[in-house]
Amino acid sequence: MIKSNIKLLVLSFLLLISLRPLQSAEMVDPIKVDWSFKGLTGTFDRASLQRGFQVYKEVCASCHSMQYLSYRNLGEPGGPEFSEQEVKAIAASFEIEDGPDSQGEMFTRPGKPSDKFKSPYPNVQAATAANGGAYPPDMSVLVKARKGGANYIYSVLVGYEDPPPGVTLDDGVYYNKYMAGNKIKMPNNLMDGLVEYADGTESTVDQMAKDVTTFLAWAAEPELEERHKTGVKVIIYLVLLTILVYLSMKKIWSRIDSEV
Amino acid sequence: MSEHEYVPKSKVAKWFNDRLPLLTLGAHLTDYPTPKNLNYWWTFGGILTFCLITQIVTGIVLAMHYVAHADLAFASVEHIMRDVNYGWLIRYIHSNGASMFFLAVYIHIFRSLFYGSYKSPREVIWIIGLMIYLLMMAAAFMGYVLPWGQMSFWGATVITNLFSAIPLVGDSITTWLWGAYSVDNPTLNRFFSLHYLIPFLILGLVVLHIWALHVPGNNNPVGIDIKKPSKDTVPFHPYITIKDAFALLVFMIIFAGFVFFTPNVLGHSDNYIPANPLVTPAHIVPEWYLLPFYAILRSVPDKLGGVILMFSAIFILFVLPWLDTSKVRSAVFRPIYRQFFWILVIDVLMLGYVGAMPAEGIYLVLARVGTIYYFLHFIVVMPVVGYLEKTDPIPMSISEPVLTGGAEPSLARKVNDKV
Repeated sequence: MIKSNIKLLVLSFLLLISLRPLQSAEMVDPIKVDWSFKGLTGTFDRASLQRGFQVYKEVCASCHSMQYLSYRNLGEPGGPEFSEQEVKAIAASFEIEDGPDSQGEMFTRPGKPSDKFKSPYPNVQAATAANGGAYPPDMSVLVKARKGGANYIYSVLVGYEDPPPGVTLDDGVYYNKYMAGNKIKMPNNLMDGLVEYADGTESTVDQMAKDVTTFLAWAAEPELEERHKTGVKVIIYLVLLTILVYLSMKKIWSRIDSEV
Repeated sequence: MSEHEYVPKSKVAKWFNDRLPLLTLGAHLTDYPTPKNLNYWWTFGGILTFCLITQIVTGIVLAMHYVAHADLAFASVEHIMRDVNYGWLIRYIHSNGASMFFLAVYIHIFRSLFYGSYKSPREVIWIIGLMIYLLMMAAAFMGYVLPWGQMSFWGATVITNLFSAIPLVGDSITTWLWGAYSVDNPTLNRFFSLHYLIPFLILGLVVLHIWALHVPGNNNPVGIDIKKPSKDTVPFHPYITIKDAFALLVFMIIFAGFVFFTPNVLGHSDNYIPANPLVTPAHIVPEWYLLPFYAILRSVPDKLGGVILMFSAIFILFVLPWLDTSKVRSAVFRPIYRQFFWILVIDVLMLGYVGAMPAEGIYLVLARVGTIYYFLHFIVVMPVVGYLEKTDPIPMSISEPVLTGGAEPSLARKVNDKV
């Protein structure tokens, strides 16, 4: 009786879920990419992370901040894993404002690995004003902050198109197939060969979009690899313990005539 | 409950126990006679205790690193995720733990509804349980505000604005709740304070809940009163402790699955956007466990009406023991009520689903139908079915399911199968 009721319950719930496509037809589903960091044991592609950082540094960073990351993160396990020298060199290539010194003056110095990523603008208002009234969002957790995650970010990067007939765009507004409402204030910044990859990979738009999305996915979830590794161990441990406890339970309950 | 008085073996223990009978309490808890036919739906009490302790422990650690300030809260959460040792693990356990807590509490509540555990003589257990549930919702709501993301901010705005529907004093009450003229830093501060307080209130109520349980003893799937201790009972330890441990471990595997492999699937992506009072999200939705009530709220075109209906949906449960007129506890022996029980389950799931959808078109219709049924179930179905229903024969005891209609082994077996 109870079993058949549960079946009915599951069926009606599935029916409800299948109603879902009725809503929100205005957005195109993002392209599904087979990311290496997907799945239970997914890890980041180290080379792709390093290339992605290069795209970020040379293209995105002129408008987008990543204020929650530090240069030292670039050398930490599970990330791009630049060497200690490389991290120091990357950090030192930025002029960081520090202070006040003993005279009460602010001063600039070369960056250190412990510094946070330098933001392109001093504050949100300045960033908004410099970008035609649209704030370029901080990219530290951007992948987690968008429905569709990495797929969505990648899709927007490759989703620029000429507007369909009948759609007129204001100055500084671009048409993007995957953006909610199809209008985006970020211009299409990627073009083939824009970046000269250190590892010789050909820098197509698709390649750069994938690399920088991978980098952003790591930036949003720098713990991902450790989380996956720990998770597999935890689940194995729990399953073994569950089996042991189950057998103990059977043994204990066998002392009496009742089923467990 | 045990017949014989507990006497500690050593002199020191006896000396202490005479002054504070903690050992007697411990002996009571281990010997506590429990019906031996409890099924796995009865393991959720233990699971819920685990959930509460997990939330308190992880919460205390998070509070060591969190900063309750509108300008710093979001950054401090990112600090926890990135810089605190295993901060990501602690935070994901805490945020997913809230969902697991509600999953368990809903199973616990529906178990009670199915087997009539709220009925005499267990009304007080039921009412204390509902108070715990109310506090859980308050704690979860305020906890969701603390990261100060977009959903935090706008969720807080929507929920606190409900109070402005109260005639005459509504606006003053809302301002008083906020501590400002909108949701702002003072609101965040008080929510943090209350979020830290409420779990300990819950803990106190849990003690009362268990105390009240230990007076009449557990209900059971057959729903009959049993002699304690007797052939129908087993001592809590080791029989129930090992069974609860097994069920808890299965629960923990699912819990770990969420924490390690899809830690954000139950949350809303907008909450990783820092709170911005100038930008309203396209859809403001609460966490999944509050959605049925959100659907009820939005099903009424009038704000005050919606608020009243939403609160009624919870408070009607407090009088449930007196709305249910059936003399039989367990739905196993109530063929008609059993059907309505499953309709209610489907109804609440549907309300939860439409609560996540925009309040328009078919969803609004479904929300209204669902809301009407929800109230009909308690106000009409429960009293009427209780009177009219012809219940199945009930066994005299758990061990010897001799039926009131006469001893017929085949029927007895059928009863056991159902249970």
